Amino acid sequence: MITADNWTPDQPIVALHDVHKSFGENEVLKGIDLEVMKGEVICIIGPSGSGKSTLIRTINGLTPVTRGSVKVEGQEVHDPDLDKLALRRKVGIVFQQYNLFPHKTVLQNVMMAPVLVLRENKDEVRERARSLLAKVQLNGKEEAYPAELSGGQQQRVAIARSLCMRPDVMLFDEVTAALDPETVKEVLVAIKQLAGEGMTCVLVTHEMGFAREISDRVYFTDAGRIVESGPPAQIFETPKDPRTQEFLSKVL
Amino acid sequence: MTDFTLNRLTWRAPLLTAAICVASTVAALAQQTTEDPVSALGTLVIWIPFILKGFWLNFVMSVLAMAFATVTGVLLGFMQISPNAVIRMPAKLVTHLFRNSPWLVILFAIMFLVPFQITLPGGDKILIPDWVKATVGFALPVMANISEILRGAVMSIPSGQWESAESLAFSRRQTLIYIILPQCVRRMIPPWMNWYALLTLMTPMAAILGVNEALGNTQAAMEAAGARPEFLIPFYLFLMTLFFIFIYPLSIYTRRLERRFAAGS
Repeated sequence: MITADNWTPDQPIVALHDVHKSFGENEVLKGIDLEVMKGEVICIIGPSGSGKSTLIRTINGLTPVTRGSVKVEGQEVHDPDLDKLALRRKVGIVFQQYNLFPHKTVLQNVMMAPVLVLRENKDEVRERARSLLAKVQLNGKEEAYPAELSGGQQQRVAIARSLCMRPDVMLFDEVTAALDPETVKEVLVAIKQLAGEGMTCVLVTHEMGFAREISDRVYFTDAGRIVESGPPAQIFETPKDPRTQEFLSKVL
Repeated sequence: MTDFTLNRLTWRAPLLTAAICVASTVAALAQQTTEDPVSALGTLVIWIPFILKGFWLNFVMSVLAMAFATVTGVLLGFMQISPNAVIRMPAKLVTHLFRNSPWLVILFAIMFLVPFQITLPGGDKILIPDWVKATVGFALPVMANISEILRGAVMSIPSGQWESAESLAFSRRQTLIYIILPQCVRRMIPPWMNWYALLTLMTPMAAILGVNEALGNTQAAMEAAGARPEFLIPFYLFLMTLFFIFIYPLSIYTRRLERRFAAGS
């Protein structure tokens, strides 16, 4: 049994075991097992309504599970005694709708949580925020308000905001689904760069080409279950399950 | 909350009022007979300081009632959004009780329920003036409405704001203070100003209970000057104009803010 006390980096950084989630009568997750090693990039693909977003939200505790275990660095996420702050600083998440704070500037958006929640030194945080914004190609936009930016720019601010908490794992929940086609690429480039630097990433995505290019492993989900998983070449070229074959024939 | 904003507010309205004023003055002058030493208008001029003194009390009551209503209303509003039912349910009860009762009934209830004097533990007696009781009576319905305005504003913030704050490790309290409320204030200012205007226009109800505010003083002045029928139009027109001059710029400013906020969102 891996617990927070005996967890070592060679063990899965994220481990889901037999995760069930119901919304009322509707069972959305029907027993999910999934493991992510440090530095791995995992993509979860599958038809709409197959529970992908619910699955990724259980990893940082945004959606409580009905049954099963979700562990991050050996720490049970759904333990009622869990120090949520400790979990949230380890796991960053970027949403489909960016969810930037509209009354704050770009720089304030990125700086807020480390300064107010982690009580870090403001000057150090500002330094880090500026370099993160530069990394996602947003130099010069520090003083802009979210409403003045394009969708792709807002999404890159959201990525920088999450990274400023210095997480160990990044979750991306369909982050390009709400974007104009011409801005999708700039967001994917930012994620790819991050993955290239060794950040552990879990993505829910409809960008099949991107999933294939970036992932170490791909999980195909359907109707609340993981139907099959494996290296991208195997899933995309020689899918075994008929449901995977049918899905891929529709989207590719 | 736009229901309470007058439609098509323009500067034509005050011009119309002025015209009516002038017309009534002319009518009053025409009615003047040789046996009356002082005209109706002349009488009004003599009594204006007395009426203005009453109006000052309307102003004081409206400002104090609004301050009281804002503090208690915001508090109640916070209680209404509490996840704890023991805090939430009483706040909901109070809010809905005072929101859905006639103002005059609340005013009477406060007037007759609150004693006219209280005895301090030391034995000293403090008189509670009627205008103070009336102020509380006006504040209660406004408090309930401000409570609803706050609750509504918090509810109108997209759930994504709560989610992203939560995933950045903000506590519920920090999320409210740093993320939700700053976005609410903007949305709350126009309805808040509307309620201030309404409250001010309700303050003459205190006259029914014997408070010497503008309406009470106007009536007293007409009575003292001989209660001639030709007093009615100039005296009441003057009183209406007084409130109009005070409230109308506020209405215009509120409308402008509403438009600006609508364009900004």
